[in-house]
Amino acid sequence: MKKETKMKPFNLIVTGYGGQGILTLADIIAKAALKQRYDVKEAELHGLAQRSGSLECHIRFGKSIYSPLVTRGRADLIIALDASEALRACYWANKKTKVLTNSKIFRSSSKLKQVLSKIKKFTKNLHLVDADSIVKKETKDITMVNMFMLGYAIKKRLLPLKKKLVWQAIEERINKKFLKENKKIFEKAFKSR
Amino acid sequence: MELLNKKRGFLFGNEAIVRGALESGIGFASAYPGTPASEIGDTFAKISKTEKIYFEYSTNEKVALEAAAGAAFSNVKALVSFKHYGLNVALDSLLPIVYLECPLVVAVADDPSCFSSVQTEQDSRWFSKLGHIPTLEPSDSQETKDMTKFAFQLAYKYKIPVIVRLTTRVCYSKSLVNFNKTIKGKTKGKFKKSWFKLGSYQTVERHKKLLKKINKIKQLAENSTLNFIEKGKGNIGIITTGPAYNYVKETEQELKIKLPLLKIGFSYPFPEKKVKTFLKNLKLKSVIVVEELDPVIENEVKKLADKNIKIYGKNLFPETEELKPEYVLASISTILKKSLPDELVENIKKFKSSEIPARLPLFCAGCPHRSTFYAIKKVLGKKKIFGGDIGCYMLGAFPPYEMYDFVVSMGASIGVSHGIAKSSNEKPVIFIGDSTFFHAGIPALLNLVYNKSNALVVILDNRLTAMTGQQPHPGTGWTGTGELTKIIAIENIAKACKVNFVKISNVWNFNQLCKDVKEAYNSKGVSVLIAKGECRLFAVKQLAKAGRDWPRFEIIKQNPKLNELAGFQCPAIKKEKGKWIIDKNLCWGCTICKQLFPDYIKVKKK
Ligand SMILES: Cc1ncc(C[n+]2csc(CCOP(=O)(O)OP(=O)(O)O)c2C)c(N)n1
Repeated sequence: MKKETKMKPFNLIVTGYGGQGILTLADIIAKAALKQRYDVKEAELHGLAQRSGSLECHIRFGKSIYSPLVTRGRADLIIALDASEALRACYWANKKTKVLTNSKIFRSSSKLKQVLSKIKKFTKNLHLVDADSIVKKETKDITMVNMFMLGYAIKKRLLPLKKKLVWQAIEERINKKFLKENKKIFEKAFKSR
Repeated sequence: MELLNKKRGFLFGNEAIVRGALESGIGFASAYPGTPASEIGDTFAKISKTEKIYFEYSTNEKVALEAAAGAAFSNVKALVSFKHYGLNVALDSLLPIVYLECPLVVAVADDPSCFSSVQTEQDSRWFSKLGHIPTLEPSDSQETKDMTKFAFQLAYKYKIPVIVRLTTRVCYSKSLVNFNKTIKGKTKGKFKKSWFKLGSYQTVERHKKLLKKINKIKQLAENSTLNFIEKGKGNIGIITTGPAYNYVKETEQELKIKLPLLKIGFSYPFPEKKVKTFLKNLKLKSVIVVEELDPVIENEVKKLADKNIKIYGKNLFPETEELKPEYVLASISTILKKSLPDELVENIKKFKSSEIPARLPLFCAGCPHRSTFYAIKKVLGKKKIFGGDIGCYMLGAFPPYEMYDFVVSMGASIGVSHGIAKSSNEKPVIFIGDSTFFHAGIPALLNLVYNKSNALVVILDNRLTAMTGQQPHPGTGWTGTGELTKIIAIENIAKACKVNFVKISNVWNFNQLCKDVKEAYNSKGVSVLIAKGECRLFAVKQLAKAGRDWPRFEIIKQNPKLNELAGFQCPAIKKEKGKWIIDKNLCWGCTICKQLFPDYIKVKKK
């Protein structure tokens, strides 16, 4: 397989809590990066963390990747399905890191405003979307927030992957029964501002 | 499935093991689930029918290992897998099996940082020395597949068990693996009779023979390409192993350097000559040993190196927790007197993890264990001695339940509680899951009865091994490959153990459950209460698959009494702007909250 050259590794953290489809999202992104001929490594955790605990996945792609883990302070992008998890993921953030976060905060005493101002101490490059509300309007079901966030990250060019390849990866990964709904949500992201 | 692709696949280490086994002609695989190794068994379970190999989840790791050894004795290629604690359980049989010329592959996963473990943070590599077991340490999925194949070759050539030692990051990192052809393994062979001789003399003879064999294998390790040298500049060298290798390579890229490096993939028997050559030929002044957990390799290197060579290791790196790329980058930078990247320095200044509250895992919505803990808290209070065991029900140790006085190891809830009952005036309350009961609870229960103890054993029977991924066990009625089998009823075991009081209580009937808890506790001597209710995560998944729905509940009237729901802690129920609400997207319809507050909670109309 020919590998894409001349590129520094792209370091991505995908985070949220157990039950939000984080592992599926990470798998789709990694597969799309493979389709784009990058060397790819992905790291995640299984077990009790999946029971509503914090869950973070690392995805790295580029010319040649050794570590599956992103080095502290070296993330290019953080995609968070929960804002308090975005803050936790700032362990990997620097001034230039882009943070794309859902405005939701689940089971936490902290308020969105406080969390966002804390994130801004790390990076001003913050993209906030109310993905839960947007998705709820479309499907009455919030388990597809992951698809919206993915679409949004591509549309805003936060994630340097081709839409076509990402969609291929989705088609290969998602159960046929739910594919239509997922497509609707994924596409919705491209129509939003 | 990625794993059954022709040319290559993007695999977890846990899947790469299975691919390696398929390319080696495996015929028999056994496992007891345990994260981070659970998906090795799960993957075998998925492919065993199409690939025509035998797979089973065994009742515990000792039994799993013995079964695999039996297959290997019958000349069928066999692999057994478990997490590190599984190796502890299986050790009693593994050590003699090493004496018995048994060609077996043992995959064991350590868990530095204890991401999915609560007992110890052990380094299983010590067992290789203790038992004289050749050991391989892969650092990514490709190596995991390659080393699994090599493990089979080694096991067969020298008739010896070989350990493939993984860690969490190898198990749960995905990368591209290039495939070779799979080989159809045979599932039936022949047990060779008349080779075994019993006697202590024979055992000592076998020990001698084993040591000779290990000496031969040592030559192999010396020349193995799994222990390779990478040339570099300067007189500071690196010796590394497992996932730490990847972090060293990242550091080299980051600092734009190339250090002389020895990667150890075949770590027992230890390749002493290779290390000596590395130290001498490259005229090294100092060596940094980069490995996770204990200084296993560092100790070996220290024995071999001249006094004038400075050895760094655990004086730079932590002995607890997994290594991270930044630890390796920082330590090597310090030794080389290079400055750290600005982003890292800045982040270290700014980021304080203590300022971000931890998000503890919770019982799922509708979890049967919540009902059980809530009932016991209500009836018996929190003051009893609670002997805890391992499984999803461990979440009862966290607020708002906090009903765990100790955890030791699987089955130890009963074993330790017995000692407490005998040595105090307490009647301990024991929490043990169904799979854990079958795994190690039965001998301990026998001991309770036999030695006239006083305890309430609550068996939380959610009909699955839930925590590790919902695997079956002897109580479920199906095997690891989905075949129907006999259901072994827990109540019958308890009765056969002559427990005075045995009762099954349906956890979905909350008031009755409370009555049963009271009755069971008040009954004299040993009592067993089987709190039965299917894992709701599993049930809901089945319903969703079948395209069926379940009832959702809603709060129809607010009342101060509802504040008790804080102590119930269901992820679907929360207080927002002073009002209790149930999130219909999260409600899995278990009915318990409605049973607690029938006046305020009702089924939601569609
Ligand atoms: C010796 C050993 N093997 C495996 C594990 C991993 N493990 C922890 S709990 C558990 C079983 C959980 O099943 P069960 O007792 O039925 O409880 P549930 O999670 O279903 O509530 C397993 C396999 C372990 N801790 N120790």
